[in-house]
Amino acid sequence: MQTVLSVGVDALAYGMVLFVISIGLSVTMGLMRVVNLAHGAFAMIGGYIASYAARDLGLGYGLAILIAVAGTILIAIPIERFLYRRIYGAPELTQVLMTIGITFCVIGIANYVFGPTLKTIPLPETLRGPVDLGFRSIAAHKLFAIACGVVVAGALWYLIERTSFGVKLRASVDNAAMAASLGVRTKIVYAVSFAVAVGLAAFGGIVGAELLPIEPYYALRYMVTFLVVVSVGGAGSIPGALLACLVLGAIDTTGRYLVPEYGEFFFYLAVIAIVCVFPRGLLGRNK
Amino acid sequence: MAAIETSAAAKPETARPNWLLRDLTGLAIILIVAVIGYFLFPNNLALLTRILGIALLVLSLDLVTGYCGVATLGHAALFGAGAYASGIAAVHFGITDPIAMVGVGAIGGAVAGLLSGIVILRGHGLAQLVLSIAVIHLFHEAANKASSYTGGSDGLAGISPDPVFGLFGFDLWGRTAYGFGVALLVIVFILLRFLVRSPFGMLCRGIREDPIRVSAMGASVQGTLIKMYVISGAVAGVGGALNAISTQVVGLDSLSFTTSAEALVMLVLGGTGSLYGALIGTVTFMWFEDVVSAANPFHWLTIVGALLIAVVLFAPKGLYGTAASLLDRYRGRS
Repeated sequence: MQTVLSVGVDALAYGMVLFVISIGLSVTMGLMRVVNLAHGAFAMIGGYIASYAARDLGLGYGLAILIAVAGTILIAIPIERFLYRRIYGAPELTQVLMTIGITFCVIGIANYVFGPTLKTIPLPETLRGPVDLGFRSIAAHKLFAIACGVVVAGALWYLIERTSFGVKLRASVDNAAMAASLGVRTKIVYAVSFAVAVGLAAFGGIVGAELLPIEPYYALRYMVTFLVVVSVGGAGSIPGALLACLVLGAIDTTGRYLVPEYGEFFFYLAVIAIVCVFPRGLLGRNK
Repeated sequence: MAAIETSAAAKPETARPNWLLRDLTGLAIILIVAVIGYFLFPNNLALLTRILGIALLVLSLDLVTGYCGVATLGHAALFGAGAYASGIAAVHFGITDPIAMVGVGAIGGAVAGLLSGIVILRGHGLAQLVLSIAVIHLFHEAANKASSYTGGSDGLAGISPDPVFGLFGFDLWGRTAYGFGVALLVIVFILLRFLVRSPFGMLCRGIREDPIRVSAMGASVQGTLIKMYVISGAVAGVGGALNAISTQVVGLDSLSFTTSAEALVMLVLGGTGSLYGALIGTVTFMWFEDVVSAANPFHWLTIVGALLIAVVLFAPKGLYGTAASLLDRYRGRS
């Protein structure tokens, strides 16, 4: 029972961190049809900025998160403007190459600027210790990660289902040309959702820094994981991404607990099985 | 079939009757470059032999990506399978004749090609890409786990191939390995030239252009692609076997995602859909890597990344494709 609970909590925390990072990727992939392998790089940039702000400048955790999210979006805007715009609608191979190129550049620069060592983001006092839930105690930062995931899911649901921006976004996802002809300024929708996606990636990178440690090869190491989440959940579907994160988080964490010597074997086996059965993802739409 | 043939005939490559001459010229250039390499870098033949092995991997990737339009980030699985097959045959089963080892490597690669082809070809677009990534990770984990056969993360050491034909022993300088590699590359290249010109090769190009139309004409898209995957696996397996024979060790990195991604980068750098592009891309990339990482290993990734972005933005057809179209334009003007 004890094992089941701790596996459950770990899986939930891991899944939620995955969700916060990869939901932005899912939305941009569904919207702009760009296979963006550089998404993890933005999460990494966020983590680095937060680490710099909190550790070297001595700012508070909340402030560090704000600065990191804003900074990452600022870095991403010119990248979107000059590089991504050229590959919208290009063949997949081109997109893969361009975004791998961006990832490599970011890794090289991060390595040069921050050095190859692991960076930590000091947690505030309240998140450091364990929290007693009555039946057992859980690390507070894991609870925080889970809470963040729930808040992000709720906020995104509200944004997409209940606001006028959400209506435009859904219209553009379904049929960009038709939405544009009805007066939706799809370029602005694209830019805003790209910024939101990058901001969420940075946020997830910071919140999940305890589970996915920040180091230069972060972008390459987890790139595949984020892509897998989107593909399993179905590009553009928020419930799909949530479901995929929970399922994959559960499989990965359980595999690590029960048969650690097999590493990620079961994770990828499950991915192959799911993608073969649901080629459009668990909750992806049929075209 | 008629539509495919007319569209293919429109391409200048096949329209010219002197394709035999062109192929012979290409072959002569390969041989001349190989000889120049031998005399320019007599102390660095190990690197040149490694380039030959990787060139076979990139050629085989070109068969599925360039000719069939299958985007994959998991092609090193076939290369590594060939390397491990020939290495295991040498270490555990005493098959140390280099030609037999290459044969075993080709079979191992072909089997891996069949398996990963069956999985990867189930998806399209993003799903296909993710499946290919999952496949390479599965192969990697499997090789890591089966350490009694593969040596796990320590690598499979102790491969000592016999002399080729009982005459040319593998020496410390790697001269025999280099010659053996050049011979393998040339043989494979000639066979592949015939393959891509055959009706089967045309069918593959047709599938890349329009799979629905090809299936409407009565050809089996899935069957053709799987066949091409098996052939591609055999080619990659030969490359892997060459690598195992020349370095006498097989490491887990031959099955890694990074190797797959690098192979794809080399292919696109050179240009997809032409075997020459694959060779040019491999040589350029590996040479560049050697120079830059010797000068400053820190900036290697940054430069590769910048190079990739530049290729996508300014030379989407790759070095060979861009050079060929420039040449055509020049010819058209004069």
